[in-house]
Amino acid sequence: MTPIIRSIAFAGFTIISAVAAPQVFDFKDPKGVNAIEFRLDSVLEPIVGTASEIEGTITFDAAAVATTHGKIDVGADSLKTPNTSMTEHLHSAGWVDAKQHEDISFSFAKLDDVKSTGDNKWSATANGQFMLKGVTKDVSVPVTLTYLPGSFGKRVNKPELPGDLLVVRGTFSIQRADFGIKPGQNEDKVSPVIQLTFALVGGPEKK
Amino acid sequence: MSEYASLPPASTIAAWRILLRGAGVIVGLFVFCFWAAKGYHQGWTQNQVPVPQIDPVTEIAYTTYEDRFVPGLDYLGGGIFVGGVIFAATFIPSRSRKCA
Repeated sequence: MTPIIRSIAFAGFTIISAVAAPQVFDFKDPKGVNAIEFRLDSVLEPIVGTASEIEGTITFDAAAVATTHGKIDVGADSLKTPNTSMTEHLHSAGWVDAKQHEDISFSFAKLDDVKSTGDNKWSATANGQFMLKGVTKDVSVPVTLTYLPGSFGKRVNKPELPGDLLVVRGTFSIQRADFGIKPGQNEDKVSPVIQLTFALVGGPEKK
Repeated sequence: MSEYASLPPASTIAAWRILLRGAGVIVGLFVFCFWAAKGYHQGWTQNQVPVPQIDPVTEIAYTTYEDRFVPGLDYLGGGIFVGGVIFAATFIPSRSRKCA
């Protein structure tokens, strides 16, 4: 093999490795868009709020989507509803106990049932551990992933910045009693089921 | 004999009762009008109103909050209850005066 061919082969291998390598996406969004919405049916109307203090990383490889893994943390005291008294009530010891249990988290080691749904789009199931109020349970979360190569700079209004984006969307439900939130109490007034919906965007990890 | 003969004379209704009844009605009406003027919101009272937004690049729908008071049905119910209590208080019979 001549030195020229060897150099070209090495360069090609390096480029392919760089493109195909798993990327770590940081979900602490500089624009503050990331949020998880929670919804509970209640007597008058559903109680709907958001949790916006999102952190965590997801390792993603577009060539091997099933190997995607990561952990997302949510600050319990960032839970917010449109009514301040309701928000304070939600943070109290009877509900999420935001003082004692500062984090709500979800971690998963891989994705199952991965299906391509379009260009750089996949649906999958993330089987992982969800922790709320210090209680950890296994949950199965149907997710969709959208990979946006080279879109990071456009999003932060600095097109010269390189980097990709990963958008993860999903919805799942938990039983509040499973996590020690007023088990068996007022179930006729406030639903025992909490529906969680998330749409999160991760950018290049800060080094 | 007149049909009004069995009713007590008007002068026996104390002025404070009339004023309280008026106050009860005014409280109820004010609360109703305020609730109606703020948009007939038929959910819970809000003091931080959610405003839906869309991130243009990722098309993620997210929520921001605007500091604004929107009375809900709980506010309306509470206000009418307070007005009703004020109104009903005027029907509490006076303590009978002891003769000297």
